[in-house]
Amino acid sequence: MKKKLLSLIMTGALVMAMTACGGEGTAAGGNGGSGAATGSGELTGTLKLGVIGPLTGGAAIYGNAVANGTQIAVDEINAMGTGFTIELNAQDDEHDAEKSVNAYHQLQDWGVQAIAGTVTTTPCIAVSAEANSDRVFMLTPSASATSVTEDKDNVFQLCFADPNQGSASAQYISDNNLATKVAVIYNNADAYSTGIYQTFKARAAELGLEIVSETTFTDDTTDFSVQVGDAQSNGAELVFLPIYYTPASLILQQAAAAGYAPKFFGVDGMDGILTIEGFDTSLAEGVMLLTPFSADATDERTVNFVKTYTEKFGEVPSQFAADGYDCAYAIMAALQFYADKNGGLDVTGMSAEQLCDILISVFTDADFSADGVTGLGMRWDANGQVNKEPKAVVIKDGVYVGM
Amino acid sequence: MNIYKNASVASKKAFLNYAIVILFFVVFQTLVNTGSITSALKGQLIPIVCYMIMAVSLNLVVGISGELSLGHAGFMSVGAFTAVIVSALMSGASNSSRLFVSILVGAAIAALAGFLIGIPVLRLNGDYLAIVTLAFGEIIKNILNCLYVGIDDKGVHFAFNNPNALGMDPLGKEIIKGPMGAVGIKKIATFPAAVILLLVVLIIIQNLVNSRTGRAIMAIRDNRIAAESMGLSPMKYKMLAFTVSASMAGAAGAIYALNISTLVPKKFDFNTSILVLVFVVLGGIGNMTGSLIAAGVLVVLPELLRKFSDYRMLVYAIVLILVMLVTNNEKLKGRLDTFVKKLGMRISKGGRKK
Repeated sequence: MKKKLLSLIMTGALVMAMTACGGEGTAAGGNGGSGAATGSGELTGTLKLGVIGPLTGGAAIYGNAVANGTQIAVDEINAMGTGFTIELNAQDDEHDAEKSVNAYHQLQDWGVQAIAGTVTTTPCIAVSAEANSDRVFMLTPSASATSVTEDKDNVFQLCFADPNQGSASAQYISDNNLATKVAVIYNNADAYSTGIYQTFKARAAELGLEIVSETTFTDDTTDFSVQVGDAQSNGAELVFLPIYYTPASLILQQAAAAGYAPKFFGVDGMDGILTIEGFDTSLAEGVMLLTPFSADATDERTVNFVKTYTEKFGEVPSQFAADGYDCAYAIMAALQFYADKNGGLDVTGMSAEQLCDILISVFTDADFSADGVTGLGMRWDANGQVNKEPKAVVIKDGVYVGM
Repeated sequence: MNIYKNASVASKKAFLNYAIVILFFVVFQTLVNTGSITSALKGQLIPIVCYMIMAVSLNLVVGISGELSLGHAGFMSVGAFTAVIVSALMSGASNSSRLFVSILVGAAIAALAGFLIGIPVLRLNGDYLAIVTLAFGEIIKNILNCLYVGIDDKGVHFAFNNPNALGMDPLGKEIIKGPMGAVGIKKIATFPAAVILLLVVLIIIQNLVNSRTGRAIMAIRDNRIAAESMGLSPMKYKMLAFTVSASMAGAAGAIYALNISTLVPKKFDFNTSILVLVFVVLGGIGNMTGSLIAAGVLVVLPELLRKFSDYRMLVYAIVLILVMLVTNNEKLKGRLDTFVKKLGMRISKGGRKK
């Protein structure tokens, strides 16, 4: 009896030892193979990817959309069974620079290797400065100011930069003869809004668009009768709204109440207007916006993404969700690109610095391009800005329709 | 130990605060040097000290002078943006001298703002004063929202509401861009410098409170009419407390700005003022030690609660309420007091043995 017991214990111990060895073996393999070629051209290992964005607070809808979109991409990548997986960690920053830096440090303690973030502009500028000195690669899904990427070789944007949005909007309005008299209502307490307004104004002047009314508001404004009234009395045919969707929804309501029905033209911040609870979507009928993503596109990639997202989160994905989705795929594509060129790559246990160098070299490589739901053949320049086609969509019967 | 034994109660309290700050510094600096601190906590060290300075300086107005001020973040932003400009102008100098001059100028300009705002505000009392300070806090924020500042070879250029009116050389650099704030600030603040600033602020405030002037300020707080009949000018003493407090908030803002690479006026809104007020109230009005501890704990707490993910802010609110209940519980307070007394006796006994 004693002998039996002893042998049982011994077997148990042996099994334990073997599993322990197995575990160590993989870990050691991961460390040994950091950056080194495995010879097969395969991408393997687990990447620790961090997302930073406002998951609570006034801008939560953007942060959650990006986190959800990234989650879907990560689930899909993990389900592919290629030996490459992503571990995702999304941290809240409440749309505040200080909290965002805190969130970034939390991710560092977790062992983050690359960051898809941060979602909003001002926090992103703060975090990107930290990430630049720490050498952590960042691909922001939606922080669009030029100062996000300026003088930082490790920061890339998946969305258009602000100047591009402003000038592209002016170009689009002029090319399609949408209007000649334009009113602009913008948030002068917001970097994003003011940035787009300035480039829009400059481009509009070149194209001969007449800006007949320029009015501003701040974050706390809820009464837009002055701004709407000014646009109306100056006879603007089109109101350009380079603002987020919450004030935009109020402007639409108050313009309708004032019996003023010009064309409304927005940019990517307007995306999300249809998902506001209690908002009468018929008011948004005919609103045009410039966005790289439209959920009604018929290509297989977008259809699948929209289907999964709607099943999982119960709403149609916005452009921010699509940006987050593309971020995860773009990073994987970049690692795959490197693995193909250098005969394989195992990312497990690689330091953030090593990955940063690899990803910078790939993203600035002229041969590298990534496909996603927000554009095909996205390429990046050395400044970190993306090059892809903008799409304009119009809201018809409560859904976005490509124009 | 004899010095400690012979010192007055007020000085004992003051020494306790210096000891807390120095202990806090020694512990965390050692942790940083040995590399055994998480980067989350390491990144928060300077903001913690900034909020401690803010809490202590607001306590001077709310606790000692007895006026409820809801616009303290406004002075912080004045100091912060001033420091950004000064630091950019001194780009050739060494980091430590840049930091020193920036904090000094930031504090001076904030003191000026405090003085100017104090003239109308301090003519009021109670709720009216609170509302007007709130208004001035928002006014400062909105002015900064419209301010554009650039630097070129000829010097500093200011413009209001229109960046094109700066009239700069093409080579010039815009350093403050209205609502977009200041971008690309060089990080020159260090933890030791912040702690030294905190100590200086504590020395100034505690000596002020324990001086003739401080007693005058408290006399006016306790009974304005009686104090006035003694020949004390309420306006003069209130103004003194308000201006000193504003300058310290400016210094805190300066070091805060030089620790983060981007700064927007929006950061210094009503919510930040209230946050600092919460530190003061939770720590105990008029209690500097309480302000220090409350600021330290409440700045770190939201980060420690990250594992609750979505429920983080809910848990934070519950913790605030619990702290409020516990600190206002007479029974617990009595026990705590006897404990502190015993501790104090043991220390003086130990001193006697030596």
